[in-house]
Order: sequence, then structure tokens, then C-alpha cells
Amino acid sequence: MQIYLPIADLPVNIFLILGMGLAVGFISGMFGIGGGFLMTPLLIFLGVSPAVAVATVSSHIAASSCSGAISYWRRRTIDVPLAGLLLAGGIAGTASGVWLFTTLRSIGQLDITIGLSYVLLLGIVGGLMVIESVRAIMRARRGKPIELRRPGSHTWIHGLPFKLRFKRSGIYVSAVPVLGIGYIIGFVGAVMGIGGGFLLVPMLIYILRVPTQTVIGTSMVLTLVTMASATVMHAATNHLVDAVLAMFLMVGGVVGAQFGARAGQRISGERLRLLLGLLVLAVGIRFGLDLTLPPENLFTLRPLEAG
Amino acid sequence: MIRPACLILLAAGGITGAAPPAAAERLVTSLSEHRVMVTSSFNGSEVVLFGGIERDTGALPLRGNYDIAVTVIGPRQTVVTFRKERVLGIWLNYESRVFDNAPSYLAVLTNRPLEAITNADTLRRLQLGLDNIALPQRLDHAPADDLPGETFRKAFLTLKDEHGLYRQESNGVTFLTPALFRASIALPAEVPTGTYEIEVKLFMDGMLIARTPSALEIYKAGFEQFVSSSAQNHGVLYGLAAALMAILTGWFASVVFRRD
Repeated sequence: MQIYLPIADLPVNIFLILGMGLAVGFISGMFGIGGGFLMTPLLIFLGVSPAVAVATVSSHIAASSCSGAISYWRRRTIDVPLAGLLLAGGIAGTASGVWLFTTLRSIGQLDITIGLSYVLLLGIVGGLMVIESVRAIMRARRGKPIELRRPGSHTWIHGLPFKLRFKRSGIYVSAVPVLGIGYIIGFVGAVMGIGGGFLLVPMLIYILRVPTQTVIGTSMVLTLVTMASATVMHAATNHLVDAVLAMFLMVGGVVGAQFGARAGQRISGERLRLLLGLLVLAVGIRFGLDLTLPPENLFTLRPLEAG
Repeated sequence: MIRPACLILLAAGGITGAAPPAAAERLVTSLSEHRVMVTSSFNGSEVVLFGGIERDTGALPLRGNYDIAVTVIGPRQTVVTFRKERVLGIWLNYESRVFDNAPSYLAVLTNRPLEAITNADTLRRLQLGLDNIALPQRLDHAPADDLPGETFRKAFLTLKDEHGLYRQESNGVTFLTPALFRASIALPAEVPTGTYEIEVKLFMDGMLIARTPSALEIYKAGFEQFVSSSAQNHGVLYGLAAALMAILTGWFASVVFRRD
């Protein structure tokens, strides 16, 4: 069944869009990530223009992270003060990210920057996660206790001033790295057009030592707020949010996120991190191949936007 | 845009400098639809053009001498064509050309191959056919101008053709009788909205003897129109509505799927 998308200006199969929303929603609910780094390339592959894809995906991510955040709220696995502090850093980061985005676009180097950042970020983050989680699984196999939060292994981050206690996560850390992480996520999200959940989750786990269970809910709150505001900003400035496309993605996405969240609860933290690491690494490699393999067609067309 | 006059426009001014035959032919054309609606079920469309050839003298047209070329030009667009090049092992958009005011859609329909209708000079002068259409390009901060513009032109035409937006059909016009013809204009689902200029040219023995313009409008209607116009005119409200829709959808799903 085909439906014509009013902003993207092309017809798509409703069931294909629902299915894509469902699959990405499942992954996003399972790992507490937005899934933008999966959905945006999928939409572009369908023929949606990259600008419309990025703008529309932000509303889809908002919907699936909202449904996920509510489930986690009920399970009391959201650290509200931590989310608030991350958000404060995130807003500053988004503002500087938008500035860089505009600058790069004006000198014509936006595409390559986005491509390279995808490869570097996804490759490094995915690789580190795979290595770490495989080690953790091996340790568990050998019968040693799984100890993610090693109380003795304090890094320099724990020596920073302005320490705050986050009760629900059970951590006592400085506000500086929390604001810093929020800033990085906001910055990267604005430049690359992603929610940044796949970066936020490992950062919270490895740098702040937030336990896996509160990490996901907290990350979802942050994603929800940033993506909802991104939707409004994209719609107000570029008029590129396709509400019809967004609606079908959302319906699939929220249903998928519910099942994903349940599946995520049943899998142990290490395995969850290994799966997410492999997924992130795979997408990173895919982008890497796109950049290095000889392209099928050397030429691409792009309508010049007015203004 | 719909003027009944369109249907019976005379092509008096369309006669070229080449000396026309003594008898002046006139072209009368009509479209099956002048306005094509893009609704939520739009998946491409087809518009049929009918035309007749009339002779002033009242004598019957000569059999087999006439050739028809129908050109349909969609709203003009400025498009950048990028060419990738390997730099430090990475393929990146290295060179680009800007095609100013290129037709977003172009169809050239004829009753037999263009080369058989008239000579190359005339085709070039009339900009008839994909090989002859003028596509002015300019450099857009390209690092080096070592590629001829022809490469970009060819790539542009190929990409447009792959999307069904540029088409040249040498059997696109069918003569029903020696003086009556029909041409079907295929509009793929991707066609941009706007006004499409149509021109029908009549050739006899390789000479252009008459031409007549017409127009076609493709527009969004109903819900599609509502969504795209509110996105354009009330961006902030539209964005807020989209964000609210996202939050409500998320909330609704969590209520529906609540187990505890």
C-alpha cells in the first residue's frame, strides 16, 4: 500500500515504513538509544532527501524515547538530577554544534565531516564496547564476579571538584564531567543529526560509572528533550519535518520500543553492551566502506536550496 | 492557468525563418487533464495529449509527410552535480557544477527518431531532444577545472533519466489518422509540483512549419496540501504539533502496553 509523503515528495510503502519503525524502535528500547544513526541512513536509502530524513527522524526518536522513558519511569530507573545536569550541558553543546554545522555548510565541507565523524565515532565507540564487554563476559565465564564499578579504581575524573551525589544511580561525582558529557552529546547531535544515545550510554557507564540499569532510562529522558526541541527547531527553520512519514515511523517505533525495553531487561548488562557495540561497529564499518570503496556512481545530484 | 484558449491556440508565430511551404498548417491540441492532483494515493500519472493538423487551403494533408515532436518542460530548478574523487583513500565530493534553471522534468516525445525528422543543425537550433537541450552550468568553488563540462552534462542526464524525470521516446507520438495524433506524457511519482510547459512542434520534410504551446499544472491537494502549506507557513506551530504528536504517541503506547 503506497502513500505519498507531502514534504519528502515521494510515495512510499506504508508497511515498509511501519516495519522500519518497528525494527529501529525495538533496538532503541533495548539499548536506550534513539536509533537515529540507523534510521537516518535507512530513509536516505529509500530516496528521502538527507535533510528531510534528519529532520523527520528527530520526531521519530522523540516518540520512541518518550514511550521508553515512561516505562523506565515506572520501574524507577531514571536518575532525574543526573538527566537535568546532562541536559544543561547538552543545550550549550547544541548551540555550538548548530554554529559549526552552519559554518561547515557554508564552506561546502559538511558531507565529508559527517561521514568521517560517523566512521570515527562509531568505529571507536563500537570497538571499545565490544572489547570491554567481551572481557567482562570472559571474566564471568571464569567464575570471577562481574564488577563493573570497581570502587578502588578511581580515575582523575573522580578527583574533580564540585562533587554531587546522585542517589538513584548511587554515584558521587563532580558536576564538571557530567556537564562536559552533556555538552559533547549536544554538540555531536547537532552536527551529525543524531540523538547521541549510543555515545551517551557508554560515556555514562565508563566515565561516570553509572550502573547499566539507570543508564538507559536517564539517557532516554535526555534524548526525548533534545529530539523534541530539535523537531521544533527543524520545522521552524527549514520546514523539512514530514509529519506523515514521522507518524508512520512513530507508530512502528513506539510499539517496537516497548518490546525492546522488555527484551533488554532480560539480557545481562555485558551481553547488552556487546550487542550494542557490535551494532555500532557494523554501522561504522558500513560508513567506512562507503567512504573508501569506489562508488557505483561517481556523480550525485542535489537541488540547490533557496537562500 | 486553465484558459480554454489553451486548447485551440494557433501557432501563427511559430513559423521559423526557413521558408515555409505555401500552405500554412495549423496545430490544434488538447490535454486529457490540465491539472494533475497529487493526493496521498498519488503514484505517478499519465496525461494524454491529442492533436490535429489543419490546412488553411482546405486540401487534405499529404500522407506520411508530417512529423510531431512534443516537449514537456517541468518547473526549473537549480541543481548541483557533484563528482566524487579519491583523496587520501577517501571518496569525497571533489568537483561540482551548478546547473542553473535546469528543467526538473523533461519529456521529448516524437513519432519517429529525432534524427529522422530533421537534420542535426535544426535540432540544435530548436534545442530539441536530450542531446540538444541547453543546460547552462557554472563552476561552484571547484578546486580544479580539469574535467570538461560535457562529463557533468552526461552524468546529469543519466541521473535524471534513471529517475524517469528525463525521457526521450521516439515512439511517444502515435498518428491515429494522417492528420490526428496522440501522445501520452508519463509523469513518475517523483515529479515536482508546479507548471509544466508543453510545446508541440509540427515538421514537414524536415522543416518546422508550426508550433503550439500548452500548459499542465501539477499541484498538491487535500491533506497533502494542508500538511505542506502549514509546514511552509506556520513552521513553529507545525513543529510544536509534530513534537506533541511524538510525545502523545509515546505516552499512548506505554499506556496500551502497560502490564503492571
